[in-house]
Amino acid sequence: MTLAGCDRIAATTVGARTLGAGESLTATVHRWLAAGTLAQEFTEADLSPEFRANGTELPDDPAWQAHARTGFAHWSLQVTGLVQRPTTFTLAELHAMPARTQITRHDCVEGWSAIGKWTGVPLAQVLARVAPQPQARYAVFHCADTMPGGLTRERYYESIGMDDALHPQTLLAYGLNGADLPIKNGAPIRLRVERQLGYKQAKFVQKIELVASLSGIGRGKGGYWEDNDGYQWYAGV
Amino acid sequence: MNTATHAIAAHASYLYDRHTLAVRLMHWINVVAMTVLFMSGLQIFNAHPALYWGKSSYSGRPPVFQIDTVTGADGSRQVRAFPAWITVPARYALGMAREWHFFFAWVFVLNGAAYVLYAVGTRHLMRDLAPTGADWRGIGQSIKDHVRFKHPRGDAARRYNVLQKLAYLGVIFVLLPLIILAGWAMSPFLNSIAPGWVDWLGGRQSARTIHFIVAWLLFLFVAVHVFEVIVSGLWNHLRSMITGRYRITRE
Repeated sequence: MTLAGCDRIAATTVGARTLGAGESLTATVHRWLAAGTLAQEFTEADLSPEFRANGTELPDDPAWQAHARTGFAHWSLQVTGLVQRPTTFTLAELHAMPARTQITRHDCVEGWSAIGKWTGVPLAQVLARVAPQPQARYAVFHCADTMPGGLTRERYYESIGMDDALHPQTLLAYGLNGADLPIKNGAPIRLRVERQLGYKQAKFVQKIELVASLSGIGRGKGGYWEDNDGYQWYAGV
Repeated sequence: MNTATHAIAAHASYLYDRHTLAVRLMHWINVVAMTVLFMSGLQIFNAHPALYWGKSSYSGRPPVFQIDTVTGADGSRQVRAFPAWITVPARYALGMAREWHFFFAWVFVLNGAAYVLYAVGTRHLMRDLAPTGADWRGIGQSIKDHVRFKHPRGDAARRYNVLQKLAYLGVIFVLLPLIILAGWAMSPFLNSIAPGWVDWLGGRQSARTIHFIVAWLLFLFVAVHVFEVIVSGLWNHLRSMITGRYRITRE
């Protein structure tokens, strides 16, 4: 009765828009409260003994698997879209750039969390090399994996705003807990966006595209979960 | 009926304005908000039905509480922690449950803030909710009365009894702020406003556990509240919370 009522409200355009206003209000207030704050960093004593993997643990893409067999020696990351110098970076080139290491907590939308030590190159460094065009508003991450038992066979993708893309703790991480990033956690690189939930932290990233609008990405909501299961694009709560 | 009986009846029973329009409005907004928050919260909990104490879930220590579930081969939950009839939405849909939860979290927080400002500004708080010296001295008697389901009659029923006052104050100034704070503590963005503040609550996963426990304490409060309303005059109380008018019957 009441339950079916709730579902009926959410199914209407007005109902869905009204409920969605909560997300917009949250995102606006958060940005207004503290745009440039840093996520809490922890100590080695807080590290989770085993960093839990969620989502895809082994991509079935043959090209990615071939790279995995050779230790990603011939793998490269493509950075493209609204940039002045589209560039591909080999893993060695990413390793050679100034690195950052941070011990942070990964909060999954499901409610669990794990603490890990990430090492990687700040995304801001990579973006400085490719010179974003002024109209670029979002960074989109295209991944090698399709979700296991997934809702569709499309590859995982996610997006963040330029403010988060340029945040000092936003990394393209290639190391976890002092070792190479394990395959189950997204080798060879995964995104870290420390002030948002786990589904934003795209794994197996192979292409970054800067865009002015999310309307041309997937079905327009900005990410795999956003397009397929109604997850909120703003994942700061 | 002769005139004399009329006069006595009129004298023995009268209606008075118990709840202001503002209080009635905020009460019912709160009923809707808390109901949706509770039911969508149980759905969100279903996504990972385990509670932990500490800064993270995987700290080497086992969960402090867990509900066993069965996940099908397709990833759907075949045995859920909380059943469909008590969750919003009914089917397992984490994104939608969060959509409901965060919309009504705003309604609940803004409504609650308005209530506190109103209660302080109009002296509703000091006049009707703060226990008096006589209240404190009568607390033993009040406990005895509650255990025997004996409720104040006549003009004494115009005032809240001391246990009722303490229950309302405890909910308004302890449980509700605590559940809001614990909710904020789960937000990775709000964590960053003053890194480390979440550790006052024992860490992010402790905050989630506190949020869950307080939700059930509020459920318990509502159960007792509704029970007391029923045993001390359902229609009279319900009318007073809708129209404001409450009937006093003198002994």
